[in-house]
Amino acid sequence: MANALSFFGGFKLTFQHLGRARVTTGYPAQKRAKQPRQHGRHVLNRYEDGMEKCIGCELCAGVCPADCIYVRGLDNPPDHPVSPGERYGYIYEINYLRCIHCDLCVEACPTEAITESKMFEFSFTNRADAIYTKAELVVDDAGLPKHLPWEDWREGEAAMTGGWMRATSPSGSAAYEGLTQWSGDLGVGIRAAEGGQSENRDDDATGSKQIRESFPRHLQPIDVPLHLKGPQKLISDLKELRNKIQIRRLHE
Amino acid sequence: MHQFAVDPLYAHGVTLAVVIIALARVLIAFAALMGSVTLMIWFERKLISDMQSRIGPQRWGPFGILQTLADGIKLFFKEDLIPDQADRFVFKLAPYLVLVPALITFSIVPIGGSVTVAHHTFLLQVADPPIGILLLLAMSGISVYGVILAGWSSGSKYPLLSSVRASAQMISYEAALGITVVTVILASGSLSTHNIVVTQADGIWHWNVIRLGVVPFLIFLTAITAELGRPPFDVVEAESELVGGYHTEYSSLRFALFFLAEFMNTITMSAIMVTLFFGGPAGWVPNIPHLRWLFPIIWFLLKTTTFAACYIWFRAALPRLRYDQLMDLGWKKLIPLSLGWMLIVAGFIASKAWGFGMIAALLLGWLLLDQAFRLGQKRAASLDSFLPTVGERPVRGDLFRKRSNGEKA
Repeated sequence: MANALSFFGGFKLTFQHLGRARVTTGYPAQKRAKQPRQHGRHVLNRYEDGMEKCIGCELCAGVCPADCIYVRGLDNPPDHPVSPGERYGYIYEINYLRCIHCDLCVEACPTEAITESKMFEFSFTNRADAIYTKAELVVDDAGLPKHLPWEDWREGEAAMTGGWMRATSPSGSAAYEGLTQWSGDLGVGIRAAEGGQSENRDDDATGSKQIRESFPRHLQPIDVPLHLKGPQKLISDLKELRNKIQIRRLHE
Repeated sequence: MHQFAVDPLYAHGVTLAVVIIALARVLIAFAALMGSVTLMIWFERKLISDMQSRIGPQRWGPFGILQTLADGIKLFFKEDLIPDQADRFVFKLAPYLVLVPALITFSIVPIGGSVTVAHHTFLLQVADPPIGILLLLAMSGISVYGVILAGWSSGSKYPLLSSVRASAQMISYEAALGITVVTVILASGSLSTHNIVVTQADGIWHWNVIRLGVVPFLIFLTAITAELGRPPFDVVEAESELVGGYHTEYSSLRFALFFLAEFMNTITMSAIMVTLFFGGPAGWVPNIPHLRWLFPIIWFLLKTTTFAACYIWFRAALPRLRYDQLMDLGWKKLIPLSLGWMLIVAGFIASKAWGFGMIAALLLGWLLLDQAFRLGQKRAASLDSFLPTVGERPVRGDLFRKRSNGEKA
């Protein structure tokens, strides 16, 4: 008898699903929030004074497992230097037909010059378009990545371009949590440190709040973590508010 | 008894107007069926995605309603491949052997009552042949040929296996299907679908689903699901076992034709079920002048859509049956049950005494059958029912090495 009832259990379950929230999104029209450390298209950052961060050391090209980066360094012209160092990246090319978005270049870079945005939808119809040069990679005067015609940029994908850098630099270790050890970026200033696993995090600044908040909408009521529903949610919200205030004080 | 009417269109001889009306009926039915197939495919994909918490088609047209059209255009422009080993003529013929019966079956479905246009009164169904519902059985028999020939002519192993499965499955379930149809015919006293609907027109208590007890309807629903090869009886298209099914080697338009036929059959069988058990277009008709003809059509569409949704619900809720379970259900359960129920109905139509006599006899028969199945099962489990082993079974590597070294394992 129990067997026969479980046979109809499938009908009940599928019927219940009619009223539940959808777990998928209408993709091209609507995108999910991206992970804070999403690996997307690269950007070449600049200092707050507009100088390029790249010093043409070619470490990124050396570490690249896909051999997709080509760099040539050149001595800075003394009268109008491009970077604050001795040399600067004279040629910088990334072949996106080869790039596997492993972000080893980001880890190798000594000056945090190369980081990755969260944008990965840039299918091109021309092979020449696959090779991004300095003209495409270097951020514009506002410090934002250039939006090329074939790229599908959405809100939030150009923000927080240094997600993986923040996670892998020494400051990303638990001991230095909440502290930064990287230079400021043009238009943005010094990017906030990543909160990591502890309670002590600045979610708004790191862009990780969005993902955690948006995720429960896709879960079934039974699967939502306890601290995200009911009175527990209120308590955890208050805790986060307290953390935020503490972090702001720390910055000041 | 009811006064059965023949199609009044042909009552006064065949004139040009009659021919035009008859042709118009065919064309409209064809167009409506084609249109409803595209809607059905969309409906199935959308409903099943709702039941799986997905969004489903959404790109083409509002709510993705033109998705089928886009898929059709895509398939139309794909390369049409014919495998080297294929029997070319039969390979090309097979899709039409599936499609044409699917189209013809729909012609016997009464969509509404009768309508008068330009002094010609006619029925809202393409044809009302005296053999009526037998056409359904004949056409489903022919469509098996399409499936078998498609699998055979592909010159490929898996499609062949699939078509062998299909033939066995369809033959097994056709028996239960036929007997259930006989039960309905016994109650209606006519083979003509129009007359079957007319006998159910007097209200919900006259619908065959209630008049015959719910059992024939349930048998018919199960058997027709198996006949269509729809989940949970889709062993013919079991992707995990057979790559794709009898249409594995098909591509482009021919592939599309198989799916067109499959969904067309789903609609037609829903319509047939409504005709046989749910009074077809019967239902409440408000007294609005000039619009009274419309309501039977709406009732018919509503009922048919409900059954189409049922099929989709089956697909979402039920896992696929194993092949032996499928055969067990067909031969050991559905055929005896439908046969017994037919005898009971026949008994009650003759007289009450006969009816109760039949019930008693069938209870006895059921006990005997049950015992027989039990004995049969015991026999299958005994040692001598297994085939003798041929050759040696593969042995573990270490044992094999020992044995080849001449040691005793």
